[in-house]
Amino acid sequence: MTTPVLTGAQILWESLVREGVEVVFGYPGGAILPAYDAMLDYPVRHVLARHEQGATHMADGYARAGNRVGVAIATSGPGATNMVTGIATAMMDSSPIVCITGQVGSRLIGSDAFQETDITGITLPITKHNYLVTQPGEIAQVIREAFYIAASGRPGPVLVDITKDAQQGRAPFTWPDPPRLPGYRPDHSPSDEDLAAALTLIHRAERPIILAGHGVIQSGATAVVRALAERAQIPVAVTLLGIGGLPASHPLNLGMMGMHGEAWVNTAIQEADLLVALGMRFDDRVTGNVKTYAPGARKIHVEIDPAEIDKNVKVDVALVGDLVEVLTRLLPSIAPARRGAWLGHIQALKGSAAVRDIKNLPDCGHLYAAHVIHDLWRETGGDALVVTDVGQHQMWEAQYYHHEEPRSLITSGGLGTMGFALPAAIGAKFARPGAEVWAIVGDGGFQMTMAELATVVQENLDLNVAVINNGYLGMVRQWQEFFYERRYAATPLVNPDFGAIAAAYGLPARRVEARGDVVPAVRAARARQGTMLIDFRVEQEDAVYPMVPAGRDLHDMIRRPSPIVETGADA
Amino acid sequence: MTTTFVVRVENRPGVLTRVTEIFRRRAFNIESLTVGHTETPGVSRMTIVVEADASAARRLEANLYKLVNVLRVDNITERPSVFRDLALIRVATDAGTRAQVMQLVEVFRARVVDVAPASLVVEITGTEDKIDGLVEVLRPYGVLEMARTGRLAMCRGHLNVTRTPVPPALEPGLDDASDNAAACSV
Repeated sequence: MTTPVLTGAQILWESLVREGVEVVFGYPGGAILPAYDAMLDYPVRHVLARHEQGATHMADGYARAGNRVGVAIATSGPGATNMVTGIATAMMDSSPIVCITGQVGSRLIGSDAFQETDITGITLPITKHNYLVTQPGEIAQVIREAFYIAASGRPGPVLVDITKDAQQGRAPFTWPDPPRLPGYRPDHSPSDEDLAAALTLIHRAERPIILAGHGVIQSGATAVVRALAERAQIPVAVTLLGIGGLPASHPLNLGMMGMHGEAWVNTAIQEADLLVALGMRFDDRVTGNVKTYAPGARKIHVEIDPAEIDKNVKVDVALVGDLVEVLTRLLPSIAPARRGAWLGHIQALKGSAAVRDIKNLPDCGHLYAAHVIHDLWRETGGDALVVTDVGQHQMWEAQYYHHEEPRSLITSGGLGTMGFALPAAIGAKFARPGAEVWAIVGDGGFQMTMAELATVVQENLDLNVAVINNGYLGMVRQWQEFFYERRYAATPLVNPDFGAIAAAYGLPARRVEARGDVVPAVRAARARQGTMLIDFRVEQEDAVYPMVPAGRDLHDMIRRPSPIVETGADA
Repeated sequence: MTTTFVVRVENRPGVLTRVTEIFRRRAFNIESLTVGHTETPGVSRMTIVVEADASAARRLEANLYKLVNVLRVDNITERPSVFRDLALIRVATDAGTRAQVMQLVEVFRARVVDVAPASLVVEITGTEDKIDGLVEVLRPYGVLEMARTGRLAMCRGHLNVTRTPVPPALEPGLDDASDNAAACSV
């Protein structure tokens, strides 16, 4: 068989197709034109974003919802730099994406040519790895390596920058063997001694808590984590990105920890004598002041990335490896336990907050964001794939939407990227066309990427957008209220009429100002094929409670002054 | 405390930047860094000296290992090792002082490698301390210029592990030899 000689652009698509790519999110331009031209001959669907940041978030949402590598494509210069926020978002949340950028011709590199930028230099600290490709013959190998690196070990973004002449030039194409990278070590496995040490700690503990992070979902460890929790009767607190790692309705699931975690969760962590951290990285938003964090607790850290061990919190036993593998090895030796006293104590901590539950609140004429999220949860039966933006609504969603399944909440946790929700929801819908997708977004963040409504229309997508509109950059306003004497610098928003914006894109919309109108609006959106926007005009100066101020002790929480709306489990 | 890493990397464009980026990104200041070829074609060796305690050094090592082009990292701070620095020092001399300077050079087992009417160039190899000592005694004559390589390091004793892993492009068929075991012991 003769080896076909193809252009670099053709080799790119041959390679992507072999990696199983069915859809890419992108935006064309001069330096990537050869690749776009060749694309038409390959069975890959291209989704035209309205900004390269949107394309990158779409690839990210696609990756997180579908548990597969997402692909974004853009041109050189501004196309590439516009991807930076999306790449950093994927890096912080360990999301596997491959970003392909065009680059000026190799002979122009370094000459400050039109739309030339050093994107491999720029993205060095925010990619897992990146490549500059100047030869058509290198493309297949690099694409193969890029997908392997993005998806293996701790996942992350990989950028492949391909010069225009490498796309245009010709080379023989053969699909390379699986990559062998002598310097790349995605697989780790803890020693039997370390496993034994962890077992001893678990068996000796009287007040243990499992901290479940994003790694539980990414490694597909939900079943084995659940088995561990049930067998050893260890309650589970989840991080924001760990939501869905254990069903919200599971009796051992305490809920979210950290800055806006439930009060009883943080109190329980502070009182614990053992933390079993699974696929989480002790982010400052979950620990508060690390000096006073879980002071009486021994700590076991199960984590795939060795660089996370002892980074923020010093641990007693580190089990570096894939969660599924480590816990599968651990489970047979775990002795069944009963922890009636400890679980009863946590239940008692919960009790005081539960009576102030939202469902017991009178309708005082105000529409609270919590009401909206709560009703949305009820109406969707908790089964929607929710994509949130960043800010107050994101925390309220985490508190009031009870997720039963992994990959049913997609949100920008580590980087906290406003503008994430709408494009990520678009990507998620492509990954799971059968899912009911809701983008829940604040009025501030929505305006950062609402141009992607055009993508929704052009791709004829069926997803819904709930704008939690309080007329402020709400979370920043809340910090100003608490810590800056209510000096509202640059947080009040003069907003457009979001319904009119939707109408301009040809999408139906509703405005909701009273609690009684929430459910009918949600029902209308769900009943309708296609995308609908609901503009929820919520209480303007509401705050997310409880709150651990940044850097303060985890048990040092600001509680709502009067028990109007408190977080809590809801029937 | 001062930590010394020996880092073996694939010799590819941009690798030096990737390595130094780790230190910058994690807010560590590199005190010295040397790069050169090794016994294995395609593999470069860096000796990096950085102010970092044992815990920070462990995390730096883990972060360096995350770089795809980094083949091996050894923290040799606690191991018996040979440390060497090379310096070229231009000293002001005239007919009256030249002999004195050359005598000092002799005492330090350094060499004069260039002589000009008003100055000479001394080459010295040794530990940083020894070089600092020579610089100190030469200073009164006038040190006009100095260039130092920074620390080069190698463990003492016999090398008891396989060679540095080789990039597949350079030596196809070689099994992945990227074990994480200590590179050297005594």
